[in-house]
Amino acid sequence: MMYLSILLTAILTANFVLSKFLGICPFLGVSKKLNTAVGMSAAVIFVMALSTAVCYPINNILIKNDLEYLQTIVCILVIAALVQLVEIILKKFMPPLYNALGIYLPLITTNCAVLGVVLLNFTEGYTYLQSLVNSVGAGLGFMLAMVLFSGVRSRLESCDIPKFLQGLPIVLIAASIVSLSFMGFTGLVEGLLGV
Amino acid sequence: MAEKKSLRKEFTKGLIRENPVMRLVLGTCPTLAVTTSIVNALGMGISAMIVLICSNIVISALRKIIPSKVRIPAYIVIIASFVTIVQMIVKAFVPALDQSLGVFLPLIVVNCIILGRAEAFAGKNGVIASAVDGLGMGIGFTIALCCMGAVREIIGAGTILSGAESLLSIAGITGFDGITLIGENSAISPMTIFILAPGGFFTFGILMACANRIAESKGKPKAELGCAACPMAKNCALLAKGEACEEKKEGTEV
Repeated sequence: MMYLSILLTAILTANFVLSKFLGICPFLGVSKKLNTAVGMSAAVIFVMALSTAVCYPINNILIKNDLEYLQTIVCILVIAALVQLVEIILKKFMPPLYNALGIYLPLITTNCAVLGVVLLNFTEGYTYLQSLVNSVGAGLGFMLAMVLFSGVRSRLESCDIPKFLQGLPIVLIAASIVSLSFMGFTGLVEGLLGV
Repeated sequence: MAEKKSLRKEFTKGLIRENPVMRLVLGTCPTLAVTTSIVNALGMGISAMIVLICSNIVISALRKIIPSKVRIPAYIVIIASFVTIVQMIVKAFVPALDQSLGVFLPLIVVNCIILGRAEAFAGKNGVIASAVDGLGMGIGFTIALCCMGAVREIIGAGTILSGAESLLSIAGITGFDGITLIGENSAISPMTIFILAPGGFFTFGILMACANRIAESKGKPKAELGCAACPMAKNCALLAKGEACEEKKEGTEV
């Protein structure tokens, strides 16, 4: 039950992109086509889960040695190294998966959603399993937002938009409305699960 | 003389002409997330500016030593060190700000303004020019954040500079904690939606439209998503070559 509530909260009520403002760059940049949106978010889910799995024990070691202030620097380095490593491994052993995700992987190193979820797991005080569930949920929420938004954008292309709003401004305003609709999920998790 | 003139140019370009947020469209995450009040925006802007100046100085000083193949990880280490320092200073002296910025304070590490300036400027230019560039870009970032923060705070909460006490108390000034425009008993109530997530996107969209309008009247191109200044642009170019991410190409065609 606890895990389900964490998962649903991360996907719907506290959506990473639309209510926490993490990972806006890929959200605005790669959401134009559905297939790129899905590829990018699949890579994000993968990297988020993996970096949480690796960073969590490392953080525990840091805390044990009173080195908590090194959290930021250690986490970003671990994530960067991990992404590189995964890319090499995928290229060598799983070419089909590499072809699907490989090109998105390096883009994710400096994606604030990945470092964000790792750091948020620490501040929330989640256990190992809860952190993993939260990371996967955050990734799924990212995917949901990306997929929905790519649909909105494909509709936008055929619209007659006022000249001064063309380009990024109208995309941001559309994002605002999508985000407004996600606010409707407020209280959903509490209501459904009675937490 | 010529040197001085160009330095001034490096400084002023970040303020308006190449404003990192409104013109280069970098660092969108903190721009949307922390601008719920002017004080938060100011705190974020100043923190990022300190990191930007320090990392620009160190990176430009080390630019001949860092091998180009590992430069991005090296830049990240340098930036992360300064972010950690700033994080500790903020935690110690302005705990209220640390609370309200939350995870976005350590996330300055992956702010593309800082990595972008390291890649585009500090890695190629001298120490003094890079410091000036960092100062200009940092002030430009702060100005843009404060504009967003002002719009959202006035409309969304009906106050100006609320919570200023936490910043001012460092300078020894107490007793000023913002002005309330819309009191509790007034006939109108603030539009809370503006300090929530949708209001962030909306305000940014409208401000961007204004910036585009001004740029257009001066014959400048519209703001595009800051892919060109991002160190990952090479991978995006790879994406563009493949079947995916054609938006960069399309963007230039339209």
